[in-house]
Parts: sequence; C-alpha cells; structure tokens
Amino acid sequence: MSLGEPNLSRRPDGAAFVIALVLAAIAAVIIWQTSLMRVPPIQAKVGPTVFPYVIAAGLLVLSFATAISAFRGQFPVREKINYGPIAWIVGGLLAQLLLISWAGFSIGTAVLFGFVAKGFGRGPLWLSVPIGFVLAFAIWFIFSRGLQLSLPTGPIERLVP
Amino acid sequence: MDTFGLLGEGLLAALQVQNLLYALLGVTLGTAVGVLPGIGPALTVALLLPVTYRLDPTGSLIMFAGIYYGGMYGGSTTSILLNTPGESASIVTALEGNKMARKGRGGPALATAAIGSFIAGLIATLALAFVAPWVVKAALAFGPADYFALMVLAFVTVSAAFGDSALRGITALFIGLGLGIIGIDLQTGQARLSFGIPDLLDGIEVTTLAVALFAVGETLAIASSSTSLKEEVLAVKGSVWMTLSDWKRSWPAWLRGTFIGFPIGAMPAGGAEIGTFFSYAAERKLSKHPEEFGEGAIEGVAGPEAANNASAAGTLVPLLTLGLPTSATAAIMLAGFQQFGLQPGPLLFANNAPLVWSLVASLLIANFMLLVLNLPLIGLWVRLLTIPKPWLYAGILTFATLGTLGANGAMSGRLGPIPFSFELLILLAFGILGFILRRFGYPIAPVVIGLILGPLSEQQLRRALAISQGDPGILVHSPIAITLYIIAAIALLVPFYFRLRGKGAVLQQMASDED
Repeated sequence: MSLGEPNLSRRPDGAAFVIALVLAAIAAVIIWQTSLMRVPPIQAKVGPTVFPYVIAAGLLVLSFATAISAFRGQFPVREKINYGPIAWIVGGLLAQLLLISWAGFSIGTAVLFGFVAKGFGRGPLWLSVPIGFVLAFAIWFIFSRGLQLSLPTGPIERLVP
Repeated sequence: MDTFGLLGEGLLAALQVQNLLYALLGVTLGTAVGVLPGIGPALTVALLLPVTYRLDPTGSLIMFAGIYYGGMYGGSTTSILLNTPGESASIVTALEGNKMARKGRGGPALATAAIGSFIAGLIATLALAFVAPWVVKAALAFGPADYFALMVLAFVTVSAAFGDSALRGITALFIGLGLGIIGIDLQTGQARLSFGIPDLLDGIEVTTLAVALFAVGETLAIASSSTSLKEEVLAVKGSVWMTLSDWKRSWPAWLRGTFIGFPIGAMPAGGAEIGTFFSYAAERKLSKHPEEFGEGAIEGVAGPEAANNASAAGTLVPLLTLGLPTSATAAIMLAGFQQFGLQPGPLLFANNAPLVWSLVASLLIANFMLLVLNLPLIGLWVRLLTIPKPWLYAGILTFATLGTLGANGAMSGRLGPIPFSFELLILLAFGILGFILRRFGYPIAPVVIGLILGPLSEQQLRRALAISQGDPGILVHSPIAITLYIIAAIALLVPFYFRLRGKGAVLQQMASDED
C-alpha cells in the first residue's frame, strides 16, 4: 500500500476533483431514487427514507471537503499507470463473464487465467490458456463434485459423468 | 453453567472426528492461501467462505475459524521471507523479521513468530472465553439507542482515528454505507436504490465486495504499477530452532505482545496493526539490546506477532458478543454467520450456546494444529512464495471468480443472446473501484465494514426512534450512549489535533515506520 507522502508541488489535483464530483453525483442519485419512493404516512417519521437521506447529506459534505483537499493538492503522489496490463486483466474478466454460461467454467476461466498472466508479461497465450484450462478443470471437479458448489457447466464438463 | 463447563462441552464437540477434519482442512487452506504474497487474512477468509457454504453451520464455522487463524500464521511467513506484508498488521513483523532473514536467521524468526502466535492465540482465546460472558451480560442492558451509539463509535474508529487522512477514511466508510442501502429494506419490504434490477434486491454481497476490492483491485494495482519491486524470496538457512538466548529474549515479548494485543482487539478500536505498533514500540523501549532494532532484533518479531494474533482473537469479542465487526476480516466473518441466518450478539450466546462454544474450542484446537503444521512443514509453505507473479495473480483471480460464482452462480444478466452472471459483473465493477481507491490513498476496510454495519446500524436507529415515537432525543438519553458518543468524539478529535500539530506526531510515526 502506498501510504501518503503528500503531493509536494501542492498544485490543484484534477483527478481528485473528479472524485469530488462523483461523490456529489452518487449523493444526487441517492436523493433522486429515495424521493421516488412512496412511503405510507404511518412510516413517515422513521421510515426507510431517513437513512438514505442522511448518507446522501454526508456524501455531499465529503464531496465538498474532497474538492478543498484536491484544490490544496493533499492527495498522495500517484505513479504512472501502465494501461496495457489493466486492459488484459479487465478483458480477461469480461471474456470469462461472457464465455462461462455457454462454454462452461473451465473454458471461460482458462481464458481469464491466460489473459491475466499475459497482463503480467507472461505468455504466450497458446501455452498459458491450456495451463489455465487444466487448473480450472481440476478446480471445477473438486468444487462441484466434492463440495457441491453449483458452477456453470459447458460441453466439456458435461462429458464427466 | 460456568465458563469451564461450557468450554469443556465445546471441546468435546470440536474433538469429534468430523469437526477435527474441518478444522484441519481450514487451517491448511488458511495457511496455504495466507502465505501467498498479496493475500491478507481478510481476502483469505473472503475467498474461502464460499467453500464452506454446503457444510452444516457448526462445521462451516469451525473450518472458518481455522481459516482465520491459518491466514494469520501464513501472513507472518510472507512478511519475514519476502518483505512485502500481505496485510497492514504484518508491517512491523516485516521490519525486523526480514532483517533477521537477510542475516541468515530466517529460521529462528519464523519459529519465534509461530510459537509467539501460538502462545498469544492460546492465552487470547482463553481470555475470549472468559471475557465474552461478561460482555454478553453487560450487553443485555443495551437498548437500540446504545447499540446505535456503539456502531457510531465503531464507524469513527475504523475510518477516522488511524491512517493518514480522516477525510479519505470517512469517505471510504460512506461509500460502504451507501452500498449498504441497496436492496430491500428489512423493515418495510420496500426496494431501495435497486434501479429495477432484480439482482440488486438482495443487496450487495459482502464477500463479493471484499474479494473485488482486495483481490481484483490489488491485482490491477500491481499489474499497472510501472515501478515493479524486485522481490527476492530469502531461503531459510541454518537451523530453524531458536537458541537458548532466543528463547530468553522471546518469551517476555510474547507475553507483553499478548497483553497489549488482546485488549486493543477487543475494544471497538479498529484493526490489528495498532496493537503491533504499540508492541514494537514497547519492545524497543524495554530491550537490553536497543542497538539491534532495525537490524533484526528477535523481540521485534516476537512481540508484534504475538500482539497480532492476540488482537485477532480479541476482535472476536465484540463480533460474537455484540455483533460488531471492527476489522475487514471480522466483517466477512459476520457475513459467514449471516449466511446461516445467525446474528452474533448476546442472543447468540443464549440461543446457540453449543455452536458458540464449539467455535471457541475449535479456535484452541486450530491453534495447536497450526503450531504442528507450521514448524516442521515450513519448507513446504516457503515454496509457495516462489510462485512467479503472473501465475500467482492469474490463480488469485481464478479463485476470486470461483468464490463469487460459488456464492451466487445465477446467470441472470443478459447481453444480447448471451446470459451472464450478474455477480461477476459486480465483481469487475467493484474491482475497478478498489483500484481507484488504492490509487488515491483511500483505505479499503471501512468500505467493507460500512456495507455490513450500515444496515445493522440503521435497524437499531429506527428501532430506537420507533420506541420514542420519532423523538431523536432518545439517542442521547441513556448514560451508556452518552459515554460512547464522548469516546467517539475523542477518537475523532485527538488524531485531528495530532495532525494539526504537525507531522512529527504519533500517527505519522506509525505511517513512517512502514518504509
């Protein structure tokens, strides 16, 4: 964990302003959605809308404080992001998400495994995906047969009696 | 029945072959996963929780207790041999332990950590058994308003009291509280913030959120970092056994660490790392060899490791007796109870006494197993440290998605003709959130605690207001609640004062000890 060395340049921090805006937006969504709820008058005093409003109010205050903190540049220094590995990992999770329901746990997870390894600079995919497949199939067998977890099946899992 | 009788019955239950096997499986899995770099106890417990879904409540919780203690033991191995603590509570261990390993004294460092953890675990678990009934008795006098005050205190201590920015801590907490609103309101049955999506009616799963923030977020953060640290695993050279002087220097540190760690864990005061910092400071002050500190002093491993485990047992006191989680790990354990419809608190001791006491007894047994498992088999665990990062993180994400699917495998989402698992989509979304939080220096634990404790605190608040027919005065009516609010205010203001006074103060020192 990178604990904060304060930003020495003390310049306003654009990205942190975005955080402040997002917090305010979340508060707005909570208020909007809660105001749409129809509350029977008998619950009006301590009904289900009180807590959401309190949290939304808190988020608005925090959004304001975050904006001030961003203006003063009080957020920790961030290092440069490598977007390549992020794309591989997020891509792997998305691929698994879309594959797993019809291709089964083993194939979907094999692709995830290969993509994540690739994101960390280990390839090639034609090697890492099969390794992932062996691992995922073993996991599927142990957990769905041994511990009765319901995991998605595909053509390959169905071959196992 | 007195505590001895109850504990004895618990031991008999825990010693049944089936329960022993669950405990053994739990400690083995917990150690194996806990040893892996980048995985702390919270993630260990979150990843392995779904594995226990199909067992009966007692067996599941026994296995779970084993995982919890196993994860703590495993974490210390990682920090001694790799110098990349998987959890904040191991930071101090890494400080001296890694220096010892570099000098070829890795064996004694691991041994003092393992034996210290054992002794601390033993004393603290017994203390838990004797303190818990007292707290339960006191808790029976608590009304809803007092519970609400207690939760407010917990919110303050986990988010604002420690760490380097109260603003970011409280913001993380409120993100968790906001997520906690999602779903059906327990008291009126109305849907809140579900946006018409049926999957959101049940709310956000604590385990999914924890796995996403800790596993996916961490993976993204490490993969995207351009300054990848060169990590070397230090071989365990020489004898694993401690010399006579090692023993002499270790045992007072173990005991001091235990007595520092347990009360800090038992108070609603946040994570285990605080106890380890205090223990380290105490050892440095009391040591006859102060010059060795920073160069590999064995007391600097023995004390904090004992404090770490003692406070892990300590956090079970508020968790079991009040239903109050004070660390991310405890929050996930609470979710583990909830999956069986059990709500920890005074009533749990009354209604499910056999379950509670066999859980406490199995913690004692798990502790013995871990000592046996860790000392002779240390070479085996060390080998897990040498897994190359690409395979390690690919494996972590494999297990993260496995656990998520195991908890809720319904393919209820739909993209064109392809059905997909909504739970996995949530995992991905919160994984990205976790990455952003990490990047901007937000703590993760308050989000998890906010999610699980938010709805519970709302319940108490509304109960209190229903009793008073809407008069908010009831919240500050009882002396218990007033005392708790005063403590909360102190916990909020004192660190604020320290931060204002400049960077040389206590909190900053806690942070700077890390580098």
